Amino acid sequence: MNKLIMTTALVAAGAAPAFAQVSDDVVKIGILNDQSGVYADFGGLSSYEAALMAVEDFGGTVLDMPVEVITADHQNKADIASNIARQWYDTEQVDSIMELTTSSVALAVQALSNEAGKVTITTGAATTELTGAQCAPNSFHWAYDTHALAVGTGGALVEQGGDSWFFLTADYAFGYSLEEQTSAFVTSQGGTVAGSVRHPLTNPDFSSFLLQAQASGAKVIGLANAGLDTQNAIKQAAEFGITQGGQQLAALLFTLSEVHGLGLEAAQGLSLTESFYWNRDEASAEFGNRFFERTGVMPNMVHAGTYSAVLSYLKAIEAAGTDEASAVSAKLKELPVDDVFAQGGTVGANGRLIKDVYLMQVKAPGESDIAWDYYNVLQTIPGAEAYLDPAESGCPLVQG
Amino acid sequence: MTTIFGYPLVVWMGQLLLGLINGSFYAMLSLGLAVIFGLLRVINFAHGAMYMLGAFVALLMATYLGLNYWVALFVAPLVVALGGAIVERTMLSRLYKLDHLYGLLFTFGLALLIEGTFRYLFGASGQPYPVPAALSGGVNLGFMFLPIYRGWVIIASLIACLAVWLLIEKTKLGSYLRASTENPVLVQSFGVNVPLLLTLTYALGAGLAGLAGVLAAPIYQVSPLMGTNIIIIVFAVVVVGGMGSILGAIITGYMLGIAEGLTKVIYPEASNIVIFVIMAIVLILRPAGLFGKDA
Repeated sequence: MNKLIMTTALVAAGAAPAFAQVSDDVVKIGILNDQSGVYADFGGLSSYEAALMAVEDFGGTVLDMPVEVITADHQNKADIASNIARQWYDTEQVDSIMELTTSSVALAVQALSNEAGKVTITTGAATTELTGAQCAPNSFHWAYDTHALAVGTGGALVEQGGDSWFFLTADYAFGYSLEEQTSAFVTSQGGTVAGSVRHPLTNPDFSSFLLQAQASGAKVIGLANAGLDTQNAIKQAAEFGITQGGQQLAALLFTLSEVHGLGLEAAQGLSLTESFYWNRDEASAEFGNRFFERTGVMPNMVHAGTYSAVLSYLKAIEAAGTDEASAVSAKLKELPVDDVFAQGGTVGANGRLIKDVYLMQVKAPGESDIAWDYYNVLQTIPGAEAYLDPAESGCPLVQG
Repeated sequence: MTTIFGYPLVVWMGQLLLGLINGSFYAMLSLGLAVIFGLLRVINFAHGAMYMLGAFVALLMATYLGLNYWVALFVAPLVVALGGAIVERTMLSRLYKLDHLYGLLFTFGLALLIEGTFRYLFGASGQPYPVPAALSGGVNLGFMFLPIYRGWVIIASLIACLAVWLLIEKTKLGSYLRASTENPVLVQSFGVNVPLLLTLTYALGAGLAGLAGVLAAPIYQVSPLMGTNIIIIVFAVVVVGGMGSILGAIITGYMLGIAEGLTKVIYPEASNIVIFVIMAIVLILRPAGLFGKDA
């Protein structure tokens, strides 16, 4: 009998090393995002590079086990993303999926991952639902969300006297949520909403909608859309003399990548909110230049956010002494986030990273002396103002 | 103020004009598709990619060679037409004897290849192309602010469509083209070089798409995805107009542009499907299309 117990103990010890509790002897992170569609520059393969950089900066191993990063294109389709996520969990020993551009995809993969007992950290998607009604114990939202964008860009413009708004809204969940939260914030600050018009996703011609916005007489035209749609709307607004006519454009989700695509000539003067700017301080510039050498582009908040997400995940595994999802999640919520992306960041019980966001204004072509130097940082918005208080986020984990 | 359906007349007039501008692009693109289908019986899925190529050639000419818009307006369509001719001669011509489906699959694959390559090289966000200085600014028409460049697009596309129509309907070359559609063997027996005619036709369609691309460059973001976004609508235009009907493609292009513009006032959410609704109705009532000959 004693012999049997001894053997069992030996077998058990052999199967799982006593210290490093890492499943399958590898920590595997999957970067799942749009790599060929409208958001391919917004996140894309550059996010994968950011993840690789984080692994290298961490030292390549955690708890003496190698860290691997794999990536795939979800084509902005929730069903494709879910299939890849299942395959990654079932056959590729992936421990965590990150990035997840596009809200519909992020919500689907987040739900699936929690059933599978895996960690997700979303950096590319915007909806506050991820840490609101649909929050999950092992899921995190890292780079930004619609609330921060509404408070940042909406709040700043109302303060500057832009108290009447007209929205051009992308006709899907993300557009509605961005319009709704910005409207709510504008109204709470004493502003008014003159109207809105909903346009189909990837709509090349905005002239009709812009004329309606022009006719509304609103001081600010809020663009509650993303990617190419926002670029086309801004370009065509200049053509129709909208900015010259005294109306101001507010691109509610616009990052460095899109500013680069549009060019300073068309983008100058635009107000926007991002949670990262490479040329903000020395550390961010150093990171930006390293990133540029690898990808040929400067990082936006999604890229820097992905870097931070991977780094924080590895730190949490190290602190927890295991890659088991709930132990890692507990550490992620406990440890402060201090890296090039977030300084003094904290993670709420709903999984939301709370850190400062920045209100930027796009420079005029003459003001920009070095390549990719596109922003003036107008204002730093403290994390507590930018993000919903976890207790008010509607997340059942917090209220319980 | 006069109102129609509760909207002021000025709003309608503005949207009519905008519809006409979008219709200009539809007309030029569907004209090329109709010409190619009419003569080659090929459903050219690469048409959107050619439109995108036209815009990119203009952009690259400006960036690397410093050549301005006016040069691009002539050179870019020629470049795209030449590319089209090469594709037709070396690859597409081998498929004529097979089912139409092969031509469709080939051009679809070609479009994916071209777009994928450009996405790899230039990213999905694309690049801006400036409005030429001579056509920048706008005029206030009283009911709307019309950017001069958009006015120019209407004029340029009308000229291009008219020229192609005259070429096909009123010239000797055009009569050869039309004859070879009816009976290529007979035309060839009269000593006309039919394969060359087919190559020229495909090049003409490609060139028209390229021209539309150059015209579109200052308005839209020049992006690898720009062709994909417009090609499906253009197919609907060709179907509504009647496959292979040249005049039908032109008129339907403008008409559907206007229909889409007006929908954007009444019910914007439906603006991207209104063309397909019209297509469905036309197919039910007149399967050969508005201007098509009943088979």
